[in-house]
Amino acid sequence: MKVHVRIKRFNPEKDRRPYWADYEVPTDPFDRVLDVLHYIKWNLDGTLALRRSCAHGICGSDAMLINGRNRLACKVLVKDLGPRITVEPLRGLPVIKDLVVDMEPFFSKYRQVMPWLVNDEPPPVRERLQSPEERARIDDTTKCILCAVCTTACPIFWGNGEFLGPAALVAAHRFIFDSRDRAAPERLAILAERSGAFKCRTVFNCTDACPQGIEITKAIQDLKRAIVLSRT
Amino acid sequence: MPVHQYDAVIVGAGGAGLFAALELGRQRDLRVAVLSKLYPTRSHTGAAQGGIGAALGNEEEDHWEWHMFDTVKGGDYLVDQDAAEILAREAIETIYDLEHYGLPFDRTPDGRIAQRRFGGHTHHFGQGPVRRACHAADRTGHMILQTLYQQCLRNDVHFFNEFQVVDLLLEDGVVAGVVAWELLTGELHVFHSRAVMFATGGWGKIFKVTSNAHTLTGDGAAICWRRGIPLEDMEFYQFHPTGIYRLGILMSEAARGEGAILRNRNGERFMERYSPTLLDLAPRDIIARAMITEIREGRGIDGKDYLHLDFTHLPRQVLDEKLPEITSFARTYLGVDPAREPVPVQPTAHYAMGGIPTDVWGRVIRDEQNTPVPGLYAAGECACVSVHGANRLGTNSLVDILVFGRRAGRDMARYLKEAERVPVSHNPDSDAREQLERLLSSAGGEKVGAIRDELATCMMEWCGIFRNGPDLQRMLDKIAELRDRYARITLDDRGRRFNQDLLEAWELGCLLDVAEATVRSALNRTESRGAHMREDYPKRDDAQWLKHTLLYRDGRFAYKPVTITRFLPQERKY
Ligand SMILES: Cc1cc2nc3c(=O)[nH]c(=O)nc-3n(C[C@H](O)[C@H](O)[C@H](O)COP(=O)(O)OP(=O)(O)OC[C@H]3O[C@@H](n4cnc5c(N)ncnc54)[C@H](O)[C@@H]3O)c2cc1C
Ligand code: SF4
Ligand code: FES
Repeated sequence: MKVHVRIKRFNPEKDRRPYWADYEVPTDPFDRVLDVLHYIKWNLDGTLALRRSCAHGICGSDAMLINGRNRLACKVLVKDLGPRITVEPLRGLPVIKDLVVDMEPFFSKYRQVMPWLVNDEPPPVRERLQSPEERARIDDTTKCILCAVCTTACPIFWGNGEFLGPAALVAAHRFIFDSRDRAAPERLAILAERSGAFKCRTVFNCTDACPQGIEITKAIQDLKRAIVLSRT
Repeated sequence: MPVHQYDAVIVGAGGAGLFAALELGRQRDLRVAVLSKLYPTRSHTGAAQGGIGAALGNEEEDHWEWHMFDTVKGGDYLVDQDAAEILAREAIETIYDLEHYGLPFDRTPDGRIAQRRFGGHTHHFGQGPVRRACHAADRTGHMILQTLYQQCLRNDVHFFNEFQVVDLLLEDGVVAGVVAWELLTGELHVFHSRAVMFATGGWGKIFKVTSNAHTLTGDGAAICWRRGIPLEDMEFYQFHPTGIYRLGILMSEAARGEGAILRNRNGERFMERYSPTLLDLAPRDIIARAMITEIREGRGIDGKDYLHLDFTHLPRQVLDEKLPEITSFARTYLGVDPAREPVPVQPTAHYAMGGIPTDVWGRVIRDEQNTPVPGLYAAGECACVSVHGANRLGTNSLVDILVFGRRAGRDMARYLKEAERVPVSHNPDSDAREQLERLLSSAGGEKVGAIRDELATCMMEWCGIFRNGPDLQRMLDKIAELRDRYARITLDDRGRRFNQDLLEAWELGCLLDVAEATVRSALNRTESRGAHMREDYPKRDDAQWLKHTLLYRDGRFAYKPVTITRFLPQERKY
């Protein structure tokens, strides 16, 4: 099956502005969009730039806008898109080249929420105990692969670069609700600030787009509730 | 040319690199940098699914001696037993440390770390399967990678992301630093440093069907080899039995640990014939060969080159809760629901047992006398300690990267207390610059993608699960031809900014090197042991070959004895 692929290209080293490039690619219905992009890169135009590594949806490298939606290129198959495929870089982050964007603003938000377990009590010789129910509380949010699909699908983030964004909130949730962690008050204080959890207007774009199926909006609601409770 | 000064540079930010960095990062007086060609959380450690082995005994009786025995036997007695003892003993404290760092393991009803069965792991020295693999669903590697990265952030470890290390600086045999290429700007940087550790992962991309990421191209091993360090036991490359047909994406052994069964076209559970005791949980080399034998004898599904992995008798809850990730892979990439239909699988190139030779402190050695290269370390899949011998057991790589990654970190800290800074020569980046310039300026019309594809296809055919002399020789000739063509490639992209065209060309050079080391070592070893199966020499030959291969880039071989402490070599039956 031949598909027609349009890619928004931009190399600041030589282009004055972004432009659309068109390619015809022979495909199999079960090809990933990543395979299609590789075909272009390896056979038609080696200057195309995109990040990727694992090719099966676990490393979070290849988030991009595919037919208008934020997806991982290695997790969407041609058969689910039809004969026309449009690919653009993620919105809301500066473009470095073609489909490669600057991830630093995204990771700096992640670092702001103290995304690490804090517990300075002397640990037992063996494991700290945690019941299966306590573990289940954080199961969903530990799945995050930091792909940035959610944050760059969020209209609040587009409008306000200060907003922590869904991914950082997911990271905060993962630790705040971990029965072994002791830094919830500090994290909640960070989230209570103006650029934190209450900026979320429950648009649900993030939840719809997350390739890991994380119920992000629900996690953010948990956080809002915890902030309110911590104030009383 | 920017020059950076550090006490230690760690190349690679997977499990091995990050654990070493964390260990060093806690020493407040040392300046440590981690250089990684990927953002750390993109490293392939994150792909590890099934589990990490340690004899915690949380679910049933277990002992580190049993774990050690399984490791030695699994490796077909080519394992260095002093190293295997360290692996099995320190696995236990390492798991507890990870838990204390926040790793969200699955739990038993009484709140302890949950454990499950895995191939080749047994109780009472081979009596039957044991629950030893600690896990977080089938996302164990993801959790390890995240947890270590998070703790590195907490400890202010310095990261240089998307910096491709392309050369190692040695001055009179002593480490002086590395040269790295910043992808964003195209600039070469010199990292002047008293110690360097390679933790660059594996090289599955030398094979066509692989579970490995596109970025696993053997860079660290190739760089060391070019600088005169030998590579150890390169002939031992593991094929995992269950990769998704044609794609190579892994269906973790945890699937069989939870009860899934391999079947041929007749619906027969064929492992009953090959491994009556462990069945579908026999070690990987044995199952992979059984599968190819079934296929060759016409019992592949529809007579084709794949078999079935059958989950349909398992409760849906097991799939949803214990194997959610691989269930979704089957759905996404094949449109198959494993609860209803069997999944088409074939062996997939998975893991390099060999690599940069080190001692049990991660110190790289340069010869059969174990002479260390001062300041040079390696750990993780790119290194060979050797704890995996001729065949690695499932869950033992995650143990290896952590136990020996951390030991390397500790020894570096010790080394740095005394080591002097070695001045670097006048133009430390000249070799790297020349390499890249040559790739940029060559104009013979050959394409990187085509050469890489041919390499991987032929390696699969002639240097895969079954090998023989004529095929291996054919492969060597093929590599020579491909090298010739490699010298005549033409790149499309000649710019500086994020030039991945150039990057892939440079990586192809590494693939050619590690492939050549693999084939030469395979041709040289005229016996069959573990994952190395020579049809023309089908027996293990301890009299001649109970020794490690060291291969230098000039083609010279040397041999190191195997360290045997507790378990004398026996015939390997399961
Ligand atoms: C699908 C899959 C499932 C697996 N499941 C299991 C399991 O259940 N249990 C188990 O024990 N093992 C498992 N393994 C094996 C195990 O995951 C790997 O062997 C292990 O994670 C390797 O870790 P590492 O730290 O050595 O390297 P990696 O995690 O591969 O990291 C390599 C690092 O090196 C960097 N790098 C590479 N080259 C350069 C360069 N030139 N310059 C700068 N940086 C560079 C990369 O950016 C990366 O950060 C699995 C492997 C795969 C592929
Ligand atoms: S929450 Fe989902 S979409 Fe957002 S970064 Fe994590 S995995 Fe990606
Ligand atoms: S390449 Fe890893 S998520 Fe797509």
